[in-house]
Amino acid sequence: MKPRQKRLAIIGGIVIAVGVAATLVLNAFQSNLVFFYSPSQVASKEAPVGRTFRLGGMVETGSVKRDGVTVNFLVTDTVKTIPVRYQGILPDLFKEGKGVVAQGQVGTDGVFVAREVLAKHDENYMPPEAAAALKQGEAMNKKIGKSVVVKGTGQ
Amino acid sequence: MIPEIGQIALLLALAVALIQGTLPILGAARGRSDWMSIARPAAQTHFLLVAIAFVCLASSFVRNDFSVLYVATNSNSALPLQYRIAGVWGGHEGSLLLWLMMLCGWMLAVSQFSRHLPQPMTARILGVMGLIGAGFLLFMLMTSNPFERLFPVPADGNDLNPLLQDPGMVVHPPMLYMGYVGFSVAFSYAVAALLGGNLDATWARWTRPWTTAAWTFLTIGIMLGSMWAYYVLGWGGWWFWDPVENASFMPWLAGTALIHSLAVTEKRGAFKSWTVLLAIIAFSLSLLGTFLVRSGVLSSVHAFATDPRRGLFILAFLAVVIGGSLALYAWRAPKIGLGSRFELVSRETMLLANNVLFVVAMLSVLLGTLYPLLLDALGMGKISVGPPYFDTVFVPLMVPVVFLMGVGPLARWKKAELPDLAKRLKWAVVAAVIAALTTGWLAGRITAGATLGFLMSFWVVAAVATDVWERVQPAGGVRAGWVGRLALMPRAMVGMLIAHLGVAAFAFGVSMVNTYELERDVKMAVGDTTEVSGYTFLFRDLKNVQGPNYEAMQGLMEVTRNGKPVVVLHPEKRVYRVQKNPMTEAAIDPGFTRDLYVSLGEPVDGGAWIVRVYVKPFVDWIWGGCLLMALGGALAASDRRYRVKQKQGSPATVASGAQA
Repeated sequence: MKPRQKRLAIIGGIVIAVGVAATLVLNAFQSNLVFFYSPSQVASKEAPVGRTFRLGGMVETGSVKRDGVTVNFLVTDTVKTIPVRYQGILPDLFKEGKGVVAQGQVGTDGVFVAREVLAKHDENYMPPEAAAALKQGEAMNKKIGKSVVVKGTGQ
Repeated sequence: MIPEIGQIALLLALAVALIQGTLPILGAARGRSDWMSIARPAAQTHFLLVAIAFVCLASSFVRNDFSVLYVATNSNSALPLQYRIAGVWGGHEGSLLLWLMMLCGWMLAVSQFSRHLPQPMTARILGVMGLIGAGFLLFMLMTSNPFERLFPVPADGNDLNPLLQDPGMVVHPPMLYMGYVGFSVAFSYAVAALLGGNLDATWARWTRPWTTAAWTFLTIGIMLGSMWAYYVLGWGGWWFWDPVENASFMPWLAGTALIHSLAVTEKRGAFKSWTVLLAIIAFSLSLLGTFLVRSGVLSSVHAFATDPRRGLFILAFLAVVIGGSLALYAWRAPKIGLGSRFELVSRETMLLANNVLFVVAMLSVLLGTLYPLLLDALGMGKISVGPPYFDTVFVPLMVPVVFLMGVGPLARWKKAELPDLAKRLKWAVVAAVIAALTTGWLAGRITAGATLGFLMSFWVVAAVATDVWERVQPAGGVRAGWVGRLALMPRAMVGMLIAHLGVAAFAFGVSMVNTYELERDVKMAVGDTTEVSGYTFLFRDLKNVQGPNYEAMQGLMEVTRNGKPVVVLHPEKRVYRVQKNPMTEAAIDPGFTRDLYVSLGEPVDGGAWIVRVYVKPFVDWIWGGCLLMALGGALAASDRRYRVKQKQGSPATVASGAQA
């Protein structure tokens, strides 16, 4: 091969390799983006069924119920409440009345089945998603003129 | 008084750094030897001043001086001494000081071991490092002063984050920073070469040991971080594709590409501009990593809003360093040239493919790490990129990398023949396939994923064995004296082979753990037993224990196998007194072929606990593999030819010094 052809072959090879890799990467990227929804959004069916997403808010006080290794609790943004089921060990900083972010899917029965409950390692620190959900909830409460925390129908 | 001394030392260091960053570089441009000769003493003074500041901060920690805000935030009088020292780099301000300390350490090493370099080169290298130091000093003094005082003085400190109170965390940040900052040497060499316009094989030979040394430290740093996640976070994973981890992994990927491309530049004089670009990228990613982790931007982009000066400074600094060096590259790189020619099938091509793959891998991690931040910063919603993304992208990229790892070292430079390579490696292929299937069969289950992993692992081992076998064959066909031939192999070669074996061990460990680990979350009361993978775990006892700054519930778990005692494990649930955070302290029995892992979850009604029990086969091979890679790096960096050249070079320095 002449040097010119050789250089073309190498450049062509790199372009093809990078092209294939880019397709692969963007494809995987597209299908693994995890979106975030607040309990209100889930309640109004904005969240996709059968696709993994993140749910953030506050663990409602008094809602944590254990049954062996299964835990049921409610996540609220002070407007709506979504029931969550999780199997396994909760992170150290999971507490009633504190912010939480759960990743999983919502089933046909409306229960959010969490695969993962995210741990944040600071007592005062609110996961950004949870904080955003509570803020939205607050704004919504103001808009509809309710000062009392509204319980959802998730139970 | 001591914090003020530290403060003054930092101010003086800034002045010295500015001189070090300007005069020698100008001197090199104008050929003024007197200006260039400032570089070395300036670098030494810079080091000394930063060391004084560092000791001042450390001593404030040791003496529990809570009038210093940073100490009060990150320490406590009940904190054990070793963690008080580690507290120096437990937060943002102190870790910047540690970063600077490391930079000065590398700078001092460069000034000591660069006597064989031409004077303008040394002046430029130390000048660039001085400028980096000046940037960090400015950042600290303007926005993140570790010596800031606190009035009124609190009675006691806020304690170090319990997660950081771990021996691994004492060593992890220094190692990681040694690696990050080590790439600043390669970066400075690259910028110096761009400024001077003389970039050749000699340049690559000077740069190589520094780069390999930095890569070695970074490898150990990442390994320690992964081990820490494994036994401190309490859920037994060793890599989460967390942005914090990715921040350290991106420079590693770029650095790995860099050490391979440097090999080509040194041996064959090719890929010059590409190598320079990689050196710039590796250090830019190190800077990005430092800032991503330490600025708080990862937990929330709005961390910038609380202190906009900090965020603006970081962005400006990144823009100047990355933009400036890339602009310089665009301006000067065409002068450097492409280097010598090579055939389509050759070791050069394979190393080029290695580089392309590593850079694509790095870019895919960068995309997955920064895209969510970007969207959030633009107010376009909150998303996250899950680990499946990284897994699906990474495995297909690493398969060809590992394949090439077997072929590359056997291929000739310049021109190799495919049929010849196939002939030499056919037994390696056969051995790898048989070994992979046998391992799967022995493990009890043959799965596609595990077989692919084993295949990669055994392929590397077999190819390395083939390589060594060929090297110990004397030309005449007589096999006498192969031990001697083995001993004569250059250290860089041995290092390369060991590092590649490290990759094999790593792939083996990962495949084993991912496929054959067993995990059970069970409810256990005292007296209950559970069985996992032939091991019986008996929950014997639960009691209260007192630590120096925490209280804990400690479980006593007896592990037996076929009635024979194996080990007694003590998992703990700690509550640290000051921050009141609960912490799971897993109990692990490490082993060559498996780890037993027990952690206490939470108490449930009736005195029972949710307990997590794991049996993780060959998990320690993951970190063993990293250690082998690091060992290989250390061997390669200390190769004889770098030291010999130094001695030969020293008269030349004298000569050029006299000339100028």
